[in-house]
Amino acid sequence: MPAHADGGVGRSGRDERRFLPTRRELVLGGLCLCCLPTLAHAAESFTMEEVGPGIFIRRGPHEEATPENNDGIANIGFIVGRDGVLVTDSGGSLADGQWLRTEIVKRTDKPIRHVVLTHGHPDHCFGATAFAADGPAFIGHHRLRALLDARGEFYRTRLADILGREKAGSAVYPTQEVKDGAEIDLGDRTLRFTAHGAAHTTSDLSMLDARTGILFPADLLFVTRVPSLDGSLLGWLKEADKLAALGVARAVPGHGPAIVDFAPALADLTRYLSTLRDETRKAVADGVAIEEASQTVGESERGNWALFDDYNERNVTEAYKELEWE
Amino acid sequence: MGIGTAMKTLSLVLGLILSAPLLGGSALATDANDPEREARWQEISAYIFGDRKVEPTDSLIKIEAPKRAMDAALVPITLTMADKGNVKSVYLLIDDNPSPFAAHFTFGPAADPGELKLRVRIDAYTNVHAVVETKDGKLFQTVAFVKASGGCSAPMGVSDEEAMKGMGDMKMKFAGDAQGGGPLAATLMVRHPNFNGMQMNLTTRSVRPARYINKIIVSYGDSDVVTIDGDISIATDPVFNFSFVPAGAGPMKVVVSDTEGGHWEQSFTTTALSN
Repeated sequence: MPAHADGGVGRSGRDERRFLPTRRELVLGGLCLCCLPTLAHAAESFTMEEVGPGIFIRRGPHEEATPENNDGIANIGFIVGRDGVLVTDSGGSLADGQWLRTEIVKRTDKPIRHVVLTHGHPDHCFGATAFAADGPAFIGHHRLRALLDARGEFYRTRLADILGREKAGSAVYPTQEVKDGAEIDLGDRTLRFTAHGAAHTTSDLSMLDARTGILFPADLLFVTRVPSLDGSLLGWLKEADKLAALGVARAVPGHGPAIVDFAPALADLTRYLSTLRDETRKAVADGVAIEEASQTVGESERGNWALFDDYNERNVTEAYKELEWE
Repeated sequence: MGIGTAMKTLSLVLGLILSAPLLGGSALATDANDPEREARWQEISAYIFGDRKVEPTDSLIKIEAPKRAMDAALVPITLTMADKGNVKSVYLLIDDNPSPFAAHFTFGPAADPGELKLRVRIDAYTNVHAVVETKDGKLFQTVAFVKASGGCSAPMGVSDEEAMKGMGDMKMKFAGDAQGGGPLAATLMVRHPNFNGMQMNLTTRSVRPARYINKIIVSYGDSDVVTIDGDISIATDPVFNFSFVPAGAGPMKVVVSDTEGGHWEQSFTTTALSN
């Protein structure tokens, strides 16, 4: 579980005592953070890159959440259409989302009509609070609600511990749930959504811009940052095959460069996941215990990924839990 | 089995009473030998073992645990008992968990109690104590310090319904030479969410009620292998490793029960060994 590319606010590593929030804190977290002033200045070093006509992406650094980066560690951005703006993703915190919103209004006065929640990890979706006042449709996987029910409050508390409560934001539920597929028309461009089976998480949503043919796989595609497994290893490999079959040339990954050639980037991801699968299966079959496996599986991939030591061991644990029941 | 029930009651009382001192910042101290940690251990020891003396040991029981756990909701622990012919039972206690009593393993005549493995949740930087009870009733303890946090309140990421899917399903793996008559290593896996009553549900603004496995009885033929009394610190989908001596025809029988009256039984034969 988790805590994976969830902005590094997951289940280990810090020594705070955690307590259940009071009702007042929950109300604050749920409703009012969007009214607070922007406190984000650290994000000024971030820049937007126009990766296609009307498509603007901010590349997230390969870091964990810190007070300096406002958990702005994922690739986030927006698409401008004739009738309005679609945001995907919204940012890693309220502060990161507010930064993105400022970048949008610098470039267009069109209304922000859609905010995509590609999955439930806070580094992607906690910026959504910054757009609440725009009244957009929040688009998410039909299983995102259950994930946020289970984890939203946990993420909010952990993120608030790192950034401070006023900068953290909170989970926003989808108002438009995607069961299998969906389309959104921005007037002069259509965006096609696919709700995936359990893969990176249990609520992954990808998007294809029909006009440019650019795919937005979100965290189904990690580039140069080590993938984090929080859904299903076998499921992720299956969904990767489905994405490969689309035959698209370019994609905006959830982490890594703002835009990449899709096939080679996906091949790198698939190689890592296949190594994880094969070596974990072997460990299970050989009776190698989970703690030993987590120290040895995937070693050949160490040099290929940033933050390898922060995530690989946990990925092996996740993989082992899944594959030991085969 | 009376002991197990009493134990659980004690552990819950203990959780309530001992949580309070942790609210202070001093609990953040990371030194395993901190006087406050020692005081806490003395308190836990007194609650669980009463007046019985619990002596430190460097050899009779050892704990292997990660110094820093990558996943606080699944911390693998290995316990080794050097004088395995003289082991009656083994306790695992996680000092700073909301309920420090994690598990009690009572071995029967068919056990080979040299090594145990289990996976636990750890909620805060904590000392973990393992206590071995010898056949003549003496208690010896050893300690390890583990850096992990949030393992008890860490959410599962799926709905209650999904987390309970397949509850009670079991799998058993055996390793070793079944024909040789020597001890076999067993891996027992049980599907169970082990809800600990601390995982938050945002919609209902409440925690999921606790529901966890509190007893597992393993026997081989007519002989007891091990009885495990468990509590809320055992990880989701519990996995235990232990060894036993397969005298006679078997089969190995496992009886699992949880705090909500759930009851599951399954038998396994050792003939089809995985290696």
